[in-house]
Parts: sequence; structure tokens; C-alpha cells
Amino acid sequence: MSGKRRLWIAVPLVAAIGVLGWAGFAPVSVPSRDELFEIPRGTYARRMAGNKVEILPAKIRLTLGLNDVLMLRNLDDVPQVFGPTIMMPGQSFRLPFEKAASYDFACTAHASGQMTVLVEPYPAMPWSKVRWRIREWWENRTG
Amino acid sequence: MIRWLALLLLLVSGVAFAAPVSKEADQAALKAGVLSPVMAAPEFALQGSDGKPLNLARYRGKVVLLAFGFSSCGEVCPITLATLAGARKKLGDEAANVQVVYVTVDPERDDAARMKQFLASFDATFVGGVGSRAQIDAAQKSYGISSTKKVYADGNYTIGHSSSIYMIDRSGGLRAVMPYGHTADDFVHDLKILLRK
Repeated sequence: MSGKRRLWIAVPLVAAIGVLGWAGFAPVSVPSRDELFEIPRGTYARRMAGNKVEILPAKIRLTLGLNDVLMLRNLDDVPQVFGPTIMMPGQSFRLPFEKAASYDFACTAHASGQMTVLVEPYPAMPWSKVRWRIREWWENRTG
Repeated sequence: MIRWLALLLLLVSGVAFAAPVSKEADQAALKAGVLSPVMAAPEFALQGSDGKPLNLARYRGKVVLLAFGFSSCGEVCPITLATLAGARKKLGDEAANVQVVYVTVDPERDDAARMKQFLASFDATFVGGVGSRAQIDAAQKSYGISSTKKVYADGNYTIGHSSSIYMIDRSGGLRAVMPYGHTADDFVHDLKILLRK
């Protein structure tokens, strides 16, 4: 194998190992622990008019130690029930999670009346950090 | 000059330490879900298991833990009530400023006497709320409580219901909501914050 060909293989390989090493060992962080979702004004009226309105994802994924606080804001004109509570118009509800689990909640902002909050453990191991970064990158990319 | 600066620094740090913790900081420290801005807890007019009229105004000055359930409940209610009783025990003398109110979602079977007997098996200070179907429905609606009756083949039934515990502060503000599944220690943690004057 010629020196030039060896270089072509070695450089990307070293770069890939470097990226993988960073992804696996560098600490993970997010700008805020609060994952904010808003119920826009007119949601109830649009639904009553027969429109199918999906304003919140049916499944919200949180990670302990990173974004482990669900922040809901009711900007609608009517009270909205989110699982454990009722939120008056203009009110927000900040719910912290301390245990990794799947939580099913009733939610009047969903057409189905249900939503799931999946709380995952902190990605402590290198492989889980890599997986977390890939998923974050993918979700940010797909919006 | 340096002496004056040192004195100023001392004063500023003294004020910082002496200043009461803000309500916002307290809210963020709660383990329960917090509502913001804090609004008055919806009032209701029911009959208490202690034989007296039951409303929230009766407990101004105390922190009220409000939950909904029923005396024939075999799953969620006994766990919730045992947790709340445990929290009151752990609070010691401060428990005198905490009132548990448990409103039935089964007014057809739960009367004052039955609720009293049921609640007393957990903590004799707990007060149950009973009333007509219309009164209970109104109370449930104001707190966003859902309940669904499941009838068995033998005619007996059970009720699936919302299982959160509403935390109402000394002045009647609905401050926080603790979802089902938290420990007595979590309640003690939050109650100590809410009991601060």
C-alpha cells in the first residue's frame, strides 16, 4: 500500500475516532432544564370547530439531569387539563421529574386526550452519550 | 476608604443572607409541579366527614393537601393516604398546620360516616368531603379531575380517577400539584417550604 493511500485511510479513521471519543467522553449539556411547550390561543375553539389540532407531541422525551423539567404554558382562552392538574388561561405548569420512567397523562390539548412523557436516565456511559448526541442532532435537524 | 468598602461589603452580604427566600425560588425548589402565577384554589361547598360544612376557607392559615378518591378504592387511594399520613408523622409538630382533605368521587356509596371510618384508619385528622352527585361533579370539574366507573358482571363497580394531590397554601392559593407516586419524604420537603410564612 502506497504512503498516499495509507494517508487517505488514516486521516478519516483518526478523525472518526476523535469524533467518537469526543461524543462518548465529553460531558453532555443542554441550554435549559426546562422543556417548554405552549398551548396556543384558540386551540379549544379550533377543536370545537371540528379541526384536528395537534399542538403538542403525543410523546415527549426528557432526560434526567439534562432536560428533566416539563414546562407547559396555557395561552388558550379556556382552562386546559394536563394530567395531574388544570391550568387556567395564562397559567403555566412546571413539573420536574426525578425518576426515569414512562408517564401517561390525560391532556385536553391533545385530540386523543392523552400524552406520554418518557423520562430517560442520564447518559452516563460513553455509548449512551453517543446515542443521546445522535438523537439530539437528528431531532434538531428534523425540527 | 478600604474600611468603608469592607463595611459596605459586609452589609450587602448580610442583607443577602438575611433576606427571605423569594416565593419564586421556593416554587422552583418544590418537587411537585408548580403553577404560575398562583391563583386562588377553586372553592367548593361539601359536607365534611366530621359533620361540619366543608370548604377551603375553613382551613385558611393551614396548608391543605387536597385529593380525590373513594373509600372502596383498593389500589391508589390507600397508597396515597398512607403516604400523606406518613408525611404528617414525619413533620412532627408542624403537622398541626397541615390539613388533608379527601373528596369522594363515589357519592352514591360514600357518606360522611363511611368516609370518616375509612380515613381514620390512616390518620384521624383527615377530613373527607361528601355531597350530592352534582356537588361532587362541580368540585371535580373545577380541579380537572376525571373519574370513570367500571361495572363488573356482579353489579359491583370500581372507579378509575385522577390521583394527584393539590397543595394549597396558607392563604388559599393553589401553589402546586404532586402527581401520584411520590414518597412521604417528597411531601415533607415541599410542605416545609409551603409552611414558611
